[in-house]
Amino acid sequence: MQNILEVHQLKKYFSTQKAVDDVSFNIEQGSIFGMLGPNGAGKTTLLRMITGIFFPDNGSIIFEGKKFDAINDIIRIGYMPEERGLYKKMKIGEQALYLARLKGLSKAEAMEKIRFWFQRMEMESWWNKKVQDLSKGMSQKLQFVTTVLHEPKLIILDEPFSGLDPVNANLIKDEIFRLAKNGSTIIFSTHRMEQVEEICDHIILINKGHKILDGSVKNVKQEFKENLFQVGFEKRPSTISSNTVFEVTGEKAERLILKIHEGYKPHDVLQYLLAQGHEIISFNEILPSLNDIFIRLVEGTPLARAFQTINASV
Amino acid sequence: MNKIRLIIEREYMTRVKRKSFLLTTLLVPLVIVGFYAIIIAVSISGESNTQRIAILDEANLFNGKIESERNDKSTYTFIHNETEESFKPRYKNEGYSLFLYIPEFNNDDLPHIKLHSQAAVNLFVKSALERKINVAIERKRLIAANIDPEIYKNIKADIEIENAIDSGKGEKKSIAGVAYAVSFIAGILIYMILLIYGTMVMRGVMEEKTNRIAEVIVSSAKPFQLMLGKIIGIGAVGLTQFAIWIVVMGLLQLIIPLLFPGVFSQLSDPAITAAAAQRVNSGKLVMILEGLRSLPIGLIVFCFIFYFLGGYLLYAALFAAIGSVVSEDQQEAQQLVFPVMMPLILGFVIMTKAINDPDSGIAVFGSLFPLTSPIVMMGRVTYGVPWWQLGLSMLLLVLSFLFFTWITAKIYRTGILLYGKKVTWREMWRWLVRKG
Repeated sequence: MQNILEVHQLKKYFSTQKAVDDVSFNIEQGSIFGMLGPNGAGKTTLLRMITGIFFPDNGSIIFEGKKFDAINDIIRIGYMPEERGLYKKMKIGEQALYLARLKGLSKAEAMEKIRFWFQRMEMESWWNKKVQDLSKGMSQKLQFVTTVLHEPKLIILDEPFSGLDPVNANLIKDEIFRLAKNGSTIIFSTHRMEQVEEICDHIILINKGHKILDGSVKNVKQEFKENLFQVGFEKRPSTISSNTVFEVTGEKAERLILKIHEGYKPHDVLQYLLAQGHEIISFNEILPSLNDIFIRLVEGTPLARAFQTINASV
Repeated sequence: MNKIRLIIEREYMTRVKRKSFLLTTLLVPLVIVGFYAIIIAVSISGESNTQRIAILDEANLFNGKIESERNDKSTYTFIHNETEESFKPRYKNEGYSLFLYIPEFNNDDLPHIKLHSQAAVNLFVKSALERKINVAIERKRLIAANIDPEIYKNIKADIEIENAIDSGKGEKKSIAGVAYAVSFIAGILIYMILLIYGTMVMRGVMEEKTNRIAEVIVSSAKPFQLMLGKIIGIGAVGLTQFAIWIVVMGLLQLIIPLLFPGVFSQLSDPAITAAAAQRVNSGKLVMILEGLRSLPIGLIVFCFIFYFLGGYLLYAALFAAIGSVVSEDQQEAQQLVFPVMMPLILGFVIMTKAINDPDSGIAVFGSLFPLTSPIVMMGRVTYGVPWWQLGLSMLLLVLSFLFFTWITAKIYRTGILLYGKKVTWREMWRWLVRKG
């Protein structure tokens, strides 16, 4: 598949921070791309460069096969920043119309799309309300609608579920899947790992301005797996202990957690256990959660970035 | 360009549709015309409060009678066979509000005259009494010096110098007083406009920053478009407000005479107006009108609009930059606003000097220096300014507007996306000199 976005050796230095330092990645058309990283890793700066708000100090951005041209390409991008922003005293209908027209839609087009989306998200009655009358979750929904209203090719969502109850979070999640199915590409920036596992095809992990992980969710999990298996027995056996094939690393109730030694396969474990006459009712691999991988990779590096002086001419 | 138009439209419409806009737009002319009507009403009806004044005239200054002036509703009663001490405790009970005591005195000395009252006396009443006493004393002294008061009245002079300005196209009459008043009003108006609409721009930018909407907008439009759109939109709000004020004031001036026929029939009655004019000073009103007519009205209006626009655009850019760097902290905003307020206040101070001495060095400097020129030049232009100075001043204003918009846009661009951090002057400087 074609890459909708290619980022090559992107750098952005501020006076006291190397916010983004030599980051490259590609995003496939129609995929849901997770950008992960702890607070202050440089995600927002990276996104701001992709949305044309910042100019990179170095490196290049290729959008739909051509060099990214902020002024023209911006209308094909929808960006929902982490810091949500709407005019508090403006009526909701007018606000949606204004933001849509800023993205280059004509008035008639914008009205049609707004009607469609307001109906879809059950927001029709909001038209004459002001943002200051909405709850946090409601304004979140409005923000999402204004982001995707102009049917952008690339949708960038920075923490889209924060402040949403499970019902509304699911509503938005379904919309994200639907948009991706219809051909939009979605960049999803967060530090909530369980959502990433559920939604994303491909992830990168950013820490301290560097990319430290890049791959599909499946591959990343494989890469970090520790050959752990969980075996469930009919009756809790007391005779199994560590041996040449595996090591017992934990037990709960009727289940044991085994770590297979190098050189052996799950197959060998089963054979070993069956040979001893145990009745096995379940056998499955324990893959690390993204959360574990995230913590393992980020841990050990100081969480808060120290400020440093950087020569501006670099 | 389409985006700027959209932004201008939003800035304009949201402000014009607000209730507070409607309120100030309608209230201000009402208040101004109301004051105007009250002043006229008071000046026509004279001192409204009537006093009953008891006079113990031991010097026999008034010969027992006081000529009542027009509109003087006070009554004067001469009392006899009393002393100051004996009457002082009683005048209130006998129905007098004031008690004037004039002791006997020599013609060469000034008498020690006392006015007893329960509370501090109205200034109008006091000065009216002083006027009457002065006239009486003068008269008495004239008679003592064997001068006929009637002859003296004819001898007395009260002169008003006419200033003829010899500017190419023949002689023009000018009244310094009229030019002075027009200059002052124009200068103050410009000062207030810059301040009010400048801070409106600043608050608008701060609102966008604190609401975090700025980041959403700049992912659709360039920060410069957002800044320029806001400045132009709010400027248009200002112009609309002025236009409405002018129309409403005009209408009110037509309507008020219908609502209060009493007040204005007096004013428009030629006999009374003429009498009033006579009383003020022979033909002073006529001279004021003539003075107004001799002013270069066309030039003044043109300059007013030009300096309003130029000054507004210049200061709005500065205020926008300030608004973009402050975080939510109001106190911080005040600190940062100070350097922008300084030249405004300086301009106002120079303007008050310039209307007294329009060709002094400081006035010329102030009317050329772009940060003060909108205010100071309005203070000078009624007196006639050399063309080269006017041209240079306008050119400098336009150039500095372009320059300041260029550099403030750089600060603005970075400032609006920076949250929760206090920006130092040094950092702002770095944003300015940074390339890109």
